[in-house]
Amino acid sequence: MNVAVRKPATQADAGALKIRAAQLRGKIIDMSHAAQAAHLASSLSCADILTAAYWHVLNINPERPDDPLRDRFILSKGHAAAALYSVLAMKGYFPIEELDTYCQDGGRLAEHPPANLLPGVEAATGSLGHGLPLGCGMALSGRIKGETFRVFALLSDGENNEGSVWEAAMFAAAQKLENVCVVVDYNKWQATARSNETLMLAPLRDKWAAFGWDAHEIDGHDIGALAEAMQHVPNGSGKPVALIAHTVKGKGVSFMEDDNNWHYRAPTAEEVVMARKELGLA
Amino acid sequence: MRNAFADELTRLGDEDSRIVMLSGDIGNRLFDKFKAKHPSRFFNCGVAEANMMGVAAGMAMNGLRPVAYTITPFVTTRCLEQIRTDVCYHEAPVTIVAVGAGLSYAGLGPTHHACEDISFLRSIPNMVVVCPGDAFEVRAALRASMRQDRPVYIRMGKKGEPVVHAGRIENFQIGKAMTVSDGKDVCLLSTGNMLPEVIEAAHKLGEQGISAQVVSFHTVKPLDEAFLKGAFERFKLVATIEEHSLIGGFGAAVSEWLTDSRTPNQNFIRFGTPDAFFKKSGEQEYAREMLGLSAHQIAKKITHALH
Repeated sequence: MNVAVRKPATQADAGALKIRAAQLRGKIIDMSHAAQAAHLASSLSCADILTAAYWHVLNINPERPDDPLRDRFILSKGHAAAALYSVLAMKGYFPIEELDTYCQDGGRLAEHPPANLLPGVEAATGSLGHGLPLGCGMALSGRIKGETFRVFALLSDGENNEGSVWEAAMFAAAQKLENVCVVVDYNKWQATARSNETLMLAPLRDKWAAFGWDAHEIDGHDIGALAEAMQHVPNGSGKPVALIAHTVKGKGVSFMEDDNNWHYRAPTAEEVVMARKELGLA
Repeated sequence: MRNAFADELTRLGDEDSRIVMLSGDIGNRLFDKFKAKHPSRFFNCGVAEANMMGVAAGMAMNGLRPVAYTITPFVTTRCLEQIRTDVCYHEAPVTIVAVGAGLSYAGLGPTHHACEDISFLRSIPNMVVVCPGDAFEVRAALRASMRQDRPVYIRMGKKGEPVVHAGRIENFQIGKAMTVSDGKDVCLLSTGNMLPEVIEAAHKLGEQGISAQVVSFHTVKPLDEAFLKGAFERFKLVATIEEHSLIGGFGAAVSEWLTDSRTPNQNFIRFGTPDAFFKKSGEQEYAREMLGLSAHQIAKKITHALH
């Protein structure tokens, strides 16, 4: 497998990645409309993180989805499945037309990513708090087997409510799993309320740091910065890396941004047209 | 049973470099040999069972054969969703080994009793449920689980139980019940750590002229249906005996099979724990006596049922 050159994104790269992210958002919105499926705003929130990971950071080859040396990306916030499916299709893991089968009877693209069914999906998620323990197991197995791949786990901020996240955080720190990186999509909303009014996450970076992680705050919509931070995992600190990515729920569409009704709402045909226009998509 | 488990695991670890031991912060010194021989493949995962089970699944998804071990309620009920979603949904070949089946730790109180675990685990797709009857069955079950490419749950007693088998069991097969002693009147199907108690019950029945066959029905899932069919045809009475709730356990599994296979069940009786927490202090022997699971109580009830 070719190892990606570890260099910061150039200006040109950054421009190309921005276009990718807009295209990705367009796909997600189309899918949400077609299926009338929930979790649109959660998917838009992490679109830039996924773009940075899949188009700049991960050592992966869609033609060899089972390569033992591939980097693992676990969408621990499995409710953003539409975003993951779009990315995997755009990367060529399966035909782009299959996105039309999202949530349809008999398809492979359920509302949460399935186990052992779809190439590129590393773990079935949807129940929160599972991705990081799984990722720690994968990382440790790599250490035992002498495989040097990295593990990225994308968590929602609401997911930080789950105790298993913090069990895994302490475990990863004790085992010095420096090839593990958590990205928290910190959009300040969970399903039905403001995150910090539900369970107090703040100060979230300090919490992860206190749990033994090399923890940083980052703009979760700055694709270049995300790519830079993620591609330097492991970063020499000897610790697992936590990126607290400040994001906006529904990012990219003005009338969805920071409006938590879009956690469950799906757009009408007219809203799709308006949204695509805002994203610069015809 | 647990010493046999640690010893057999060490041997298996020598033979198979995929085997990894995960402990939930118990077994002080129990795994010293394994640790000495395979330091990179032993992990004390702390008192964090949900994470331990997820870690085990992640390892198994990358080709290893992890064994996750702690006290029964903590390695089953505490992390049940991780077993269901991480292990079973992914068909990850994790071997879950529980110590303290049923009332083994009666004295520690209901937090440490485990009379519901078979019920929970056997209802999860892809899971195999094995309840060894003695230390040699533990060894054989562990060895057999490593030949399975799927999740396996092994439910052990504690330490120092009577050994039933004369030595290593060469013909042990998951899903195949083992006859321990032949009989012709009543068939006693024992699962797990009740086996020595059931053997004693058979002796007591023998003294009254009742010939009892004793079977170690070590695998609750998948059920050995062929064996059951033969037993219900041959015997005047068939009994299931388990240190587990009558709800959802081995006896319940046999009841389900009887119904689904339309087998006449007038000659069937079940022994197990009631639908209640056992709150009194006291050790396993006392708890069994209070719950009607002692050998003499089993024998008495069988005798009544035959007349």
